[in-house]
Amino acid sequence: MPLLSLRALTRRFGQTLALDRLDLDVAAGEFLTLLGGSGSGKSTLLRVVAGFETADSGAVLLEGRDLSGVPPHARPLNMMFQSYALFPHMNVAANVAYGLRRDGVPRAERDARVGQALAMVGLEGFGGRLPHRLSGGQRQRVALARALVKRPRLLLLDEPLGALDANLRERTGFELRALQRETGAAFIMVTHDQQEALALADRVAVLEHGRVVQLGPPRAVYDRPATRFVAQFLGAANVLEGRPDGAGGFDCPGLGATLRPEGALPPGTAACALRPERIALRPLAEGPNSAEGVVEEVAFRGDDSLLLVRAGGGALLRVGHAEEDGAPPPRGATVRLGWEAASVVPLAG
Amino acid sequence: MRPLLLRALPLALPGLWLALLVAAPLLVVLALAFAWPTESVPPIAPPWGAEGPNIEPFALVLEDPFYHAAFAQAALVAAGTAALCLLLGFPMAIGLARATPAWRLPLLMAVLLPFWTGFLPRLGAWIGLLRDEGWINTLLQSLGLIADPLPLLYSWPALFLGMAHAYLPFAVLPLYASLSRRDPAVEEAAADLGATPWAVFRTITLPLAAPGAAAAFLLVFIPAMGEYVIPELLGPPGAQLVGRVLWQEFFQNRDWPVAAALAVLLLLALLLPILLFQRLEARR
Repeated sequence: MPLLSLRALTRRFGQTLALDRLDLDVAAGEFLTLLGGSGSGKSTLLRVVAGFETADSGAVLLEGRDLSGVPPHARPLNMMFQSYALFPHMNVAANVAYGLRRDGVPRAERDARVGQALAMVGLEGFGGRLPHRLSGGQRQRVALARALVKRPRLLLLDEPLGALDANLRERTGFELRALQRETGAAFIMVTHDQQEALALADRVAVLEHGRVVQLGPPRAVYDRPATRFVAQFLGAANVLEGRPDGAGGFDCPGLGATLRPEGALPPGTAACALRPERIALRPLAEGPNSAEGVVEEVAFRGDDSLLLVRAGGGALLRVGHAEEDGAPPPRGATVRLGWEAASVVPLAG
Repeated sequence: MRPLLLRALPLALPGLWLALLVAAPLLVVLALAFAWPTESVPPIAPPWGAEGPNIEPFALVLEDPFYHAAFAQAALVAAGTAALCLLLGFPMAIGLARATPAWRLPLLMAVLLPFWTGFLPRLGAWIGLLRDEGWINTLLQSLGLIADPLPLLYSWPALFLGMAHAYLPFAVLPLYASLSRRDPAVEEAAADLGATPWAVFRTITLPLAAPGAAAAFLLVFIPAMGEYVIPELLGPPGAQLVGRVLWQEFFQNRDWPVAAALAVLLLLALLLPILLFQRLEARR
C-alpha cells in the first residue's frame, strides 16, 4: 500500500481549476518532487494534503485512512513552509519543541529530542537565539528541524530552498537529501526549479493545469518527455512541429529536414523534442537527422556555450556547444547540425 | 554648499508651528498656574506683579484629597475604557485582518465611521436612547417589561458606553496594523505541529498581538484620561474626573490658576504613558 494516495483530487478557485482530478501515489521513504510553473496547482496540492485547503472532490488517503474532515492539527504529517513561518516570539529551541509540547511529550524527552533535531541540522548551541537573529540559511534549518522533530512519516516541503542564495541552495539540497535518507520519511517537495527537482528526487511529478502530466525517475522524465510542456519546461528542449512522413520519419518543414527516431514513430505524434546538448555541430549520420543553419547568437555560459541557430526552414534551434569541442563558430557562420536517432523524442501532445 | 538659511527652511516651518501652537500655549498655561486669582476680567493678576508668583494653586491641588480623587478616578476610568476597547477591538481587528481584500476597505470604513460623525450628535443620540423618556425606556415600558423607567442615563455604565464608543477606533487600528503585518503561515505552522485552534490562539495569535495591544491600550488611555465632555453629559454626578474638575474650576469657579495647575499636573501624569508608548513604537 502506498503511504499517500491522492484520488481524483479536484479544487476550484472561482473560474480556475487548481487541481483537476489529480491522481498520485507516494511510497513510504520516497523523495518526490512536484515540479510546475506558477498556477500549476503544486502548492494547492500540498495545502490540501496538509489540510489547509479542502478539496472540492476526491480523496486524500494516508496509509489507507481517508483524511477528509481531519483538521490540520490532527494529521500525522508535517510541513515546512516557504516563508519558514518560524514563531518570532520564541527562541530556536522553543520553536523546535513546539510540536512536542502540543503532544504532551515529557520535558526530559522533549529536551533530548530538540537537541537531536538541532544537531541533525547543524545548529547545536543556537537554541537560545530568537529567529530574527539568525541568517536565512539558519532559519531554513530551524524550520526543517521543527518539521522533523515529531518524526513524521511524511514531510511536505513548500519551496524549501527558494529563499536561499545559489551557493547555499546546492549544499542545502544535498543536506536535504541526506536528511531524507537518514530519517526514512517520505518527502514531497514543491519546486519550480527544474535542476532542483531533478537533482534531489527519486521521482519527479510534472504538474500542469492541476494535473500530473508526467511522473517518473528524473532521468526518464528528462530523456523521454511525454508532452511539449514537459519537454520545454525541463531543460528547454527544442520542440519541432511537423507531421509523420509515413515512412517512419517525421517531416519538419521549419528544420528543412526529416527527424527519424529510434524505433517506430508512435501514431498521433504531433511534434518531436530535441535537447540542445544532443545536437552536434557536424552530421553524425548520412541522410536524415541532420540539418543546416546559420548561427544567430552565441552565449557563453561557463561550462558550455548556447547557440541560437536559424535552420533552413526558418525554425530557431537552441544548440549546446561543449567547451572541450573547441571555440564555438562565430555569429553568421553556416553550420551543419547532426544528432543521434535516440535523441529524437516523439511527443504526443 | 547651500546657504544656511535655505537648509534651515524645511525645519523652520514645523519649528514655527511647534513654537506657536505647542510651546506658546504651554507657557501661557504654566504662567496661569502661578498667577493670582482676582475679581477682574480676565480673573487673574500676572505672576510677575509686585506679589511675585503664586504657588498656592499647586499647593492646593497637590494637598487636597478632592483633586487626588479626581486624578485617581480619571486614571481608573481611562484604564477601564482602554480595557473595554481592547476587549471589543480585538475580535474586530482579527476579523479585519482575516477579511478578503474586497471586504477590508468597507469594514475599515465601518470602524472609522464614529470618527466621521460629529462628537456631540453622537452623545446626543446616546442621551436620546438612554434618558428616562428615551427610546429604550419607552420601548421596555410599552412592552410592559418595566413599570418605572430605568436610571440608564447619568450612570457609570452610560459613561463607559460613551467612552468605549468614542475611543474604540483608537484601539482597533493599531491592533489591526499589528495583526495584518503577520505572516499567516505562522498560525498554519502551529496547527501543522499539532496545535488545536484554541492552542494556536493562546500560544501564537495572542502573544504576537501583545505589542499591538499595549499600543492600543495606551492610545486609548492617554486621551481618555483628560476626557471631560462624556463624563459631563453621560456620567453620574459622582464622576468627578480630573478633566471635568478642570473644566468646572475654569468655567464655573473662574479659578484660572487652579485650573491651569491641574492642566500642568495632568500633562505631567500623562508623560509616563506617552514615553512608554513611544518606546513600544520604537521597538516595533
